[in-house]
Amino acid sequence: MSGVRLHQKLENNIGLLIFGILFVASIGGAAQVVPALFQDSLQQPGVNTVPYTAAELDGRDIYMRESCGVCHTQHIRPLLAEVERYGPYSRAGEFVYDRPFLWGSKRTGPDLHRIGGKYSDEWHWIHMMDPRAVVPDSIMPAYPWLADAPANRGNDIDKRMRALQKLGHPYNDEEIADAAASLEGLTEMDVLIIYLQGMGDTVDPDAADDHGGHGG
Amino acid sequence: MAPAHYHDKVVRVLVLCSVFWAIVGMAAGVYAAAELVWPGLNFDQSWLSYGRVRTVHTNVAIFGFGVSALIGTAFYSVQRTSHVPLFAPGLAWVVCWAWQLALVAAGWSLLSGHTSGKEYAELEWPFDLAIAVVWVCFAIVFFGTIARRKIKTIYVSNWFYGALIIVIAMLHIVNSLAMPATLFKSYSLFAGSQDAILQWWYGHNAVGFLLTGGFLGMMYYFLPKHAERPIWSYRLSIVAFWAFTYSYIWAGPHHLHYSAIPEWVQSLGVVMSVILLAPSWATMINGIMTVSGAWRKLRSDPALKFIVLSLAFYGLATFEGPMMAIRDVNLISHFTDWTVGHVHSGALGWNAMITFGTFYYLVPRLVGGELYSTKLANVHFWMALAGTMLYILAMWAAGVTQGLLWLSLDEYGELLYSFTDIMASMVSYYGLRLVAGVIFLAGAVLMAWNLFMTVRGRETAKVLPPEPVANPAAASEVAA
Ligand code: HEM
Ligand code: HEM
Repeated sequence: MSGVRLHQKLENNIGLLIFGILFVASIGGAAQVVPALFQDSLQQPGVNTVPYTAAELDGRDIYMRESCGVCHTQHIRPLLAEVERYGPYSRAGEFVYDRPFLWGSKRTGPDLHRIGGKYSDEWHWIHMMDPRAVVPDSIMPAYPWLADAPANRGNDIDKRMRALQKLGHPYNDEEIADAAASLEGLTEMDVLIIYLQGMGDTVDPDAADDHGGHGG
Repeated sequence: MAPAHYHDKVVRVLVLCSVFWAIVGMAAGVYAAAELVWPGLNFDQSWLSYGRVRTVHTNVAIFGFGVSALIGTAFYSVQRTSHVPLFAPGLAWVVCWAWQLALVAAGWSLLSGHTSGKEYAELEWPFDLAIAVVWVCFAIVFFGTIARRKIKTIYVSNWFYGALIIVIAMLHIVNSLAMPATLFKSYSLFAGSQDAILQWWYGHNAVGFLLTGGFLGMMYYFLPKHAERPIWSYRLSIVAFWAFTYSYIWAGPHHLHYSAIPEWVQSLGVVMSVILLAPSWATMINGIMTVSGAWRKLRSDPALKFIVLSLAFYGLATFEGPMMAIRDVNLISHFTDWTVGHVHSGALGWNAMITFGTFYYLVPRLVGGELYSTKLANVHFWMALAGTMLYILAMWAAGVTQGLLWLSLDEYGELLYSFTDIMASMVSYYGLRLVAGVIFLAGAVLMAWNLFMTVRGRETAKVLPPEPVANPAAASEVAA
């Protein structure tokens, strides 16, 4: 068994073993992940996809802070039932300004990728203050503290936009300078709702009634 | 130089910390489970709300309970399979306490809402840096000890612990790449679909090399030790190790079926996930066969019972996983509680049980005494088994229901059920899961008491490495 003999070399030399593990464990990443990270089509914004406004960005950061994503997905699969329930299926181009992506892995609550415009701002406000007031069976927690806190609480929206600008989001310096002022007087609840109402308007109009290629 | 004994005090601290985090992490899991039954349980406090409690649950269970146990058992077994005390014991203490400190700080930061938003990698960038440093110190102690070993061959448990250290370092560093905006806020270097691919390359392999590989290291050392038999097939362990290390890395995209990532990436994920069944079951069989012949011991020894049962659940989770990775099955299981059931058949049935079994074996030996109560340990065994079974049965039922009803259409292609109706029908399953969690947690509390009474007032035993032997090849047999 020459295989066993070869292996004895690895077993007798810790440097070789470390190298062997690193090498073998890198093959998959190098052949599968790295090419995807350089695939252009995954970085092209969809026709209606633009960077988040200051208010949307602040709202999105609150969505992350409260970990809404552990119960809500933001990804509609190309299945008939899913498209009927939630709207046109999600495309890569719609997510190019999502850092991180918030697709989620568990639908304790419904998908939110195209929640925008489905309900009024007022409905959202009541729902966030007391979910069972509008959905009697809901098991979602209430988030009343958002109504009392001012938006841009850390007064750092410009820093956040600057960081994204460095990563290539096309914000101009003027937008960044005006960002804090644009959030003046808003609460965390307001910006969260602004973010939610903007969800899904990224869909390509030509694809709007596309029911996807797969059955379901 | 005077002969130095093994450094086991640091092992003892890590084991006890792990038990502590087990209780905290599972209590958080029980609380989260209760919040899904009674959504008002956060009393309008942001830090108690479901999103934060659940994040604390996963982090404390995996990184507190799991990783403390892995570091502790790695330190214990690497000394005994190398016949030398730890390299750089001072650094080992730094690893021990820095890790605990990081966990406390992490708990605070997650409850405060600082999160990168990536599953199992929620901690923000200053923590990511700190963790990377601690991990490198862990690597230095571990590989340094192996480098000074008195036995020629590196025993198989050390390959797994080694893979844990190396691959987790690689995953953690790459997946955490981010642009800091403020002290506790950063944005991922990659966006959208690409971020998703990278995240699940990380996420799946954190499962692969930590929750699976790391604990296999534990299995390969403690199971043969305890059964007092060498590992059944050495050759099988070699083949399985490399097949495992090679294939796991490709499987991440099974978390992203039907999503906006390229088809070829998903397909590769399916193929490699199905292939993974082979090394996983080879390893399970290797473990079970090692015990055969020592079955008699099972009756009297709760520690061995835990370890053997954990292998059965390992087999279950690694059979279910590849099935769920097939697109037609994933269609139904994805986004549902089926996934949560799968997670806990691994987490409770495999990770927690093998750790419990290992601790019942290890802790008395650390203090050179007997376990305080074998009876309590037996009670714990049945509670753990009952809790796990109830948990996964409830989640299977819930998950399959969700998966099928979400996709149900009538003959005109209209949806048959509203989302809310399906959700409302989950409450009894969530109630059962809560009961399951309470049983499992209560068992763990019994264990904590039992282990505490075992070590209380006892010094850590001083064990010397064996005298060097003339024939080093034979020594590796002894080490196993
Ligand atoms: C051959 C082995 C395995 C394969 C191929 C596998 C496959 C899978 C698949 C297909 C999913 C569902 C992804 C989705 O639809 O979102 C999943 C989820 C998961 N599995 Fe496994 N599994 C395996 C073993 C294990 C083991 C032993 C554990 C130990 C705890 C484990 C822990 C998890 C976790 C934590 C998730 C949830 C990830 C998330 O969505 O947050 N798996 N696995
Ligand atoms: C008393 C025992 C436990 C209870 C009651 C419990 C409960 C829970 C609950 C309620 C969730 C959230 C599920 C959802 O989002 O719908 C969860 C998720 C999770 N738990 Fe546990 N848990 C327990 C033990 C553990 C242990 C010991 C581990 C790890 C070693 C663990 C790892 C996880 C993971 C990885 C997830 C995320 C699953 C996913 O994203 O799909 N749990 N647990």
